[in-house]
Amino acid sequence: MTEQSTTRRLMMQFAAPVGAVVLSVIASAFILMIAGSNPITAYGDMLRHAAKLETSVSMINRATPLYISGVAAAVGFKMNIFNIGVEGQYRMAAIFAAYVGGAVALPTVLHIGLILIVAMAVGGAWAGLAGALNTERGVNIVISTIMLNGIALGIIAWLVRSWQAEGEIVVVGVGTEEIDDSGLIPNLNFIPEFFGDIRSEELTGVLIIAIVIGAAYHVLLNRTVFGYDLRSSGLNPLAARAGGVPPKRMVIIAMLMSGGVGGLVGIAEIMDKGRYNPNFVGFLGFNGISVALLGRNHPAGIAVGALLWAFLDASSDILQVTGAAPKEIVDIMRGVILLTAVIGYEIVRRIRVRDEAAQAAARLAAVPA
Amino acid sequence: MALAIELSGITKRFPGVIANDDVNLAVDAGEIHAICGENGAGKSTLMKILYGMQSADEGEMKVNGTAVNFASPGEAINEGIGMVHQHFMLAPQLTVLENVILGAEPMKRGNRIDIAAGKEHLREVGDAYGLTIDPDDLVETLEVGERQRVEIIKVLYRGAKILILDEPTAVLVPQEVDELFRNMRELKAAGTTILFIDHKLEEVLEISDTITILRQGRTIATVKPGDVTTADLAELMVGSELPTPETTESTVTDEIALEVKSLTVLDDDHRPAIDDVSVVVHRGEIVGVAGVEGNGQSELVNAVVGTDRVQAGTISLLGNDITHASVRHRREAGIGYVPQDRHHEGLLLDAPLWENAALGHQTKAPFSSGPWFNRAGARERMEHIRQRFDVRTPDIDVSAHALSGGNQQKLIIGREMSASPEVLIAAHPTRGIDVGAQAAVWDEIRHARSAGMATLLISADLEELIGLSDTIIVMYKGRLVAEVDPATITPRELGSFMTGAALDKEVGS
Repeated sequence: MTEQSTTRRLMMQFAAPVGAVVLSVIASAFILMIAGSNPITAYGDMLRHAAKLETSVSMINRATPLYISGVAAAVGFKMNIFNIGVEGQYRMAAIFAAYVGGAVALPTVLHIGLILIVAMAVGGAWAGLAGALNTERGVNIVISTIMLNGIALGIIAWLVRSWQAEGEIVVVGVGTEEIDDSGLIPNLNFIPEFFGDIRSEELTGVLIIAIVIGAAYHVLLNRTVFGYDLRSSGLNPLAARAGGVPPKRMVIIAMLMSGGVGGLVGIAEIMDKGRYNPNFVGFLGFNGISVALLGRNHPAGIAVGALLWAFLDASSDILQVTGAAPKEIVDIMRGVILLTAVIGYEIVRRIRVRDEAAQAAARLAAVPA
Repeated sequence: MALAIELSGITKRFPGVIANDDVNLAVDAGEIHAICGENGAGKSTLMKILYGMQSADEGEMKVNGTAVNFASPGEAINEGIGMVHQHFMLAPQLTVLENVILGAEPMKRGNRIDIAAGKEHLREVGDAYGLTIDPDDLVETLEVGERQRVEIIKVLYRGAKILILDEPTAVLVPQEVDELFRNMRELKAAGTTILFIDHKLEEVLEISDTITILRQGRTIATVKPGDVTTADLAELMVGSELPTPETTESTVTDEIALEVKSLTVLDDDHRPAIDDVSVVVHRGEIVGVAGVEGNGQSELVNAVVGTDRVQAGTISLLGNDITHASVRHRREAGIGYVPQDRHHEGLLLDAPLWENAALGHQTKAPFSSGPWFNRAGARERMEHIRQRFDVRTPDIDVSAHALSGGNQQKLIIGREMSASPEVLIAAHPTRGIDVGAQAAVWDEIRHARSAGMATLLISADLEELIGLSDTIIVMYKGRLVAEVDPATITPRELGSFMTGAALDKEVGS
């Protein structure tokens, strides 16, 4: 009976996300037809494009920062903290890390290490600010992180402008100093090249960092007392407190960790461009929240979510090229997937609760008092 | 006599449970009819169906001979049925009158509330049923018993002829129960039919004309109070004999386990919630804390557990000062805690049982070694708790909310007991659980007591307090007002200490 129920539980776990994707494919097909496009051609283009090796590499490159961002959001979610501020945290972290990275000359390992540490420290500090405001002054974290996002963007715009004012107004080459090669994480091209030609794509070395973060997140959450404290605070803060978990300290630590991980979101971009420039990639923080929701804050689930989002990104590109469908269909698909998945998870949760209650009740009936 | 209410074949299923299974009930007009049964026997569900809060899956309802099917409480009220809930639904900042007319305001020209007419009607209702209360009093200034009277008047004001009272005595001290019963008799004399839920059997025998017993969702019997004893009723309710909380010989030592000295704790308004309270609990001793809820018992518990800040005084555990120690430090030092509300402070409802088994003990073996959480250790301990404390569950991977209240409570007791605490802080350890589980909890506490565990027991169940405790202290308005010997005190005497009545007398003499 236990084995059977375990299988059932596993199936239920996957029912919601798979159902969400299927539903969004169907819904988007209808929308495409209404818009006058052929959904089969469009989906065909998307799949054919994704099947190419260089697209796979590009998808992993896009998924890597999203994954890190998803984990950063998930750390907060696990404690019922809605850290909306990963957006500001990673941008602040990126500009400072790029600045420090460009200002020093060090041996490779130290140089890369320094950039990573600066990124984590700045991201953590920016998030920690929201944490401290919450524990010391009772400021809602959602509000403070949103406002800190605004402040971060303002500071960055000002920094970029002040650098620009030094010389003439140019678009190319504006930003932090170029980081020496010693500070750049080498690419992992040897892996995809084993399978074939990847043309001009490079597989980002930050993938390794993302994998380490995912593994560390998993171990921390499930195999440490701290992870237990974190999860119990999220599930029932009062019970956790009565069980000896210090609530304020947990908020601060969770925010520092969430921000610290969030600080690494921009690393892939820095490594790719070698600097922070005004066109620095945005919205990774917000998309990370989507990815974490989709992946149920589970390290593997977030990975699947990040890859799905990256696939849709890549599809948006190819649809513009082939013209089989307007690229906005991708945003519609994302919206439908997210909405149905979140609703689906709740339905699955309720079914599970009902099932378990029924089983427990059956147990009561089977062994009369 | 005409039947006021006739229910036949009422069946109500919830996922996994049949709350009511072919329930039949006949209530004569103008009688006081008690519905008895253990927790989970289906009493509340039945009343909710009758009051239109839930609808039955099967069965027929007749009120005053006409078949009815209420879709909402509003329809039930129109048929003259009124319900007084266990938890009062009153606005404390409004007056009695304002509370009573709320939602049924008499209007006069210009769309204004006709206060005078409301007051007049309220007075008529009061006179007709012998319920006296000042309509201009603020509800927040009223005692619990008076608030209950306001609830009853509220229902009568709306024209109810059939009154449903859901465990009306649960919140009252014995003196207030007398007052309630007097009111109920007057209501009956005025022709009102009263259906009331209770599981205090002596009260049931005292007040009711007819008693219907529910067990596991079924109507087991309908009896007249003259024909049965409390023991008969108990047997009908549980299907076996009722256990008692009595402890046998004393195991009190002279070794102090927990010492609270001149403790003062402030509430949110910076007024003392506990004022200069001192308590000593020895190893092997159970100290019971009696008091009407809201007189400082929960603050005492929170201060000892460490979730409330102490303003003045000291708390020491086995001679070590823990006044300012963290909750975690205290738990590690051997304080076990059974919180008064298991859903609030006791469980992670969405987490599997084995994770719940670790809560509060996660820093110690077998749940962890160093910073590492030991899942296998937690599962093993949960398996042990499940067997030793008879937690009925399909497996230990189900989440805690799948369990019934009694089994959740057994899990908490098991968790705390299997950690062998030096001092157990038990707040209402048997609240809301059935008689069988209750006896098991008492056994565990007694057993650990003889092994040297010190217990601070807070309970609203006076029988439990008197039966289990070696010493009873009484708290009133944040102060310790009496220390009594459970061997000689009766629930009634204890009740008069709890309401401050005995205290006034002492001061006066």
